[in-house]
Amino acid sequence: MTNPTLAAGAVERHLRARRDTGRGLLMPYVTGGITPGWTDYLRAFAAAGADAIEVGLPFSDPTLDGVTIQQAGETALARGASTRRILADLSGMPDVGVPLVASTYYNLVLHDGHEAFCAALRRAGVGGLIVPDLPVHEADELTDVAADAGIELVLLASPATPQPRLAEISCRSRGFVYAVSLMGTTGERAALAVSAAELTERIRRVTDQPVLLGFGISTPDQAREARRHADGVVVGAAVMRRVLDGAGPDDLRAFLATLRQALDQECDRPR
Amino acid sequence: MRDVSTWREPVPPDGTMGEPRARGRFGEYGGRYAPESLVEACREVDEAFRDAWADPGFRGALARLLAVHAGRPTPLTPARRLSEALGVQLYLKREDLTHTGSHKINNVMGQALLATRMGRRRLIAETGAGQHGVATATAAALLGLEATVFMGERDIERQALNVFRMRMLGAEVVPVTTGSRTLKDATSEAMRHWVGATGDSHYCIGSVVGPDPYPWMVREFQRIIGDEARGQCAAELRTGVPDYVVACVGGGSHAAGTFAGFADTPARLVGVEAEGGAGAARGRLGVLHGCRSLFLQDDDGQITQAHSIAAGLDYPGVGPEHAHLRDLGRARYVTVTDDEAVGAAVRLARTEGIVPALESAHALAWVIGAADGGDLPAGSTVLMTLSGRGDKDVSTLKELL
Ligand SMILES: Cc1ncc(COP(=O)(O)O)c(C=O)c1O
Repeated sequence: MTNPTLAAGAVERHLRARRDTGRGLLMPYVTGGITPGWTDYLRAFAAAGADAIEVGLPFSDPTLDGVTIQQAGETALARGASTRRILADLSGMPDVGVPLVASTYYNLVLHDGHEAFCAALRRAGVGGLIVPDLPVHEADELTDVAADAGIELVLLASPATPQPRLAEISCRSRGFVYAVSLMGTTGERAALAVSAAELTERIRRVTDQPVLLGFGISTPDQAREARRHADGVVVGAAVMRRVLDGAGPDDLRAFLATLRQALDQECDRPR
Repeated sequence: MRDVSTWREPVPPDGTMGEPRARGRFGEYGGRYAPESLVEACREVDEAFRDAWADPGFRGALARLLAVHAGRPTPLTPARRLSEALGVQLYLKREDLTHTGSHKINNVMGQALLATRMGRRRLIAETGAGQHGVATATAAALLGLEATVFMGERDIERQALNVFRMRMLGAEVVPVTTGSRTLKDATSEAMRHWVGATGDSHYCIGSVVGPDPYPWMVREFQRIIGDEARGQCAAELRTGVPDYVVACVGGGSHAAGTFAGFADTPARLVGVEAEGGAGAARGRLGVLHGCRSLFLQDDDGQITQAHSIAAGLDYPGVGPEHAHLRDLGRARYVTVTDDEAVGAAVRLARTEGIVPALESAHALAWVIGAADGGDLPAGSTVLMTLSGRGDKDVSTLKELL
């Protein structure tokens, strides 16, 4: 059902190719519309060596986010951010050279309608979509519509997911598999959760798609440790706390460069 | 006061309030839109509930608890003076007389008993008016469980009495400071907390909302209101079945429980929402807190804040089964204003000697307005569930009266 002219699978192909060179993948997150010139962060992320960038479309009731990303969403919404305006900002900027993956809650997708929402993402140059409150058993319709529009719907796996369901998630996820490192919400943590290694191993048993670990990864040390198990990391709250504290694109580039370096150093992963 | 849909008779199939269809669906509503980390926990609740509900031992234990601790069955009270003034025959199903003072105890006793059966040692709950929080704290104390209750800061202010009661009962009350600082945000925070506590805690949702199996399970635990009332009406009413069955709707739990007892009769079902929280009457299709239903939203798809003088109705959505009953035309959803509700509360106090919760006063306000306006034909028999007592609202009322 995929439309070949719209380069379906571009996110996955891009991530696979980079992974296969031995590179640890880095996907930083930014809440769309957080500051007037927020798209400058995307350029800074790419310059720091990001392999993909997650752009959050803020929602009034982010039930899977901890305080930092909640606050970022509230700030963006108070500034008048909306799906439409954020995508317009993205359309107006030159290609940053790495895939963009939107993330939001299902209500915003349903509100616009699956077709219209995915088409708008595509027009804005977005290649992937993460919807944390749309689990695999409710995702069939959106997966198909998204694929037709050239959008890869990324599914999340959790430490609580039983093995047969993990196989189903891995099989249906597009782009990569998002491994939620811990039983909790987004937010910085002092250490990488022990559940991260076990979950990644269980996903590896059922797929060779790229696996990115997210939730709680905040420091170069944690990124290095995550890289021992997974193909890479998603870094959200650690970025957004800095942005909320006033850090500009250059500051974020410097921070992400430390993560990039940590991932590049970690070579002794068992694969 | 506004109607949004018209009656359709006879009762259409699938509007009889049985088990939901596959994947927790009531028509196109319901489902399990939970983050992956909660899907397994929902499945465990579903499995445990199905098992327990089919077990006469569980049912017997719950019935005993409800009888000896919660004070069931509750009476059906004819509202004689008010009926005479309105020209209808109004009967009140007295959930205000249960232990803790509202219908919330029916659901909580069921879920708390289920939690012990599942080996959980703690209950998590959200609360708006504080009635569900008090009921949860009560059941936890009774069964030796811990209780953590999330409550919006704004509700903590206006329902101070219930906050004290919860703490006295040994529960931890966690203030929620995000968003509108009311029920919607308390529910979000309770869900976030559950994600990190599924191993030892049961999320005791207080209404017919949330991911499958909650809307169905909570309705089944509240069904005792409708089942008792059905029997009481058969004994008391000349017609056996009332012409109208009325209840207020926040998430819609006691309305669903009441309607369930009459869904297979010709009784007309009326859900009364707060003007500022009319999910069923004004909501649009959406997904929030784990289910697909009707929610108040702005043009960008952001959920808007509800506003009601009754904290328990201050929710921007409605349970999925109500959305379905609305679509079918099996139930009708109407709204009343804060002022109308306050007026109805005073009127009930002075004609029947009952001070109702402001939530329940909404249902009464519709009955009064509909009787006065001719929407309720003279001589109609009306069953209204009086969901709770008004003690918790005295400080709010004191400022107004
Ligand atoms: C007395 C009373 N009535 C009604 C409600 C609304 O809840 P529901 O619509 O689930 O019955 C509440 C909720 O807090 C309440 O305390």
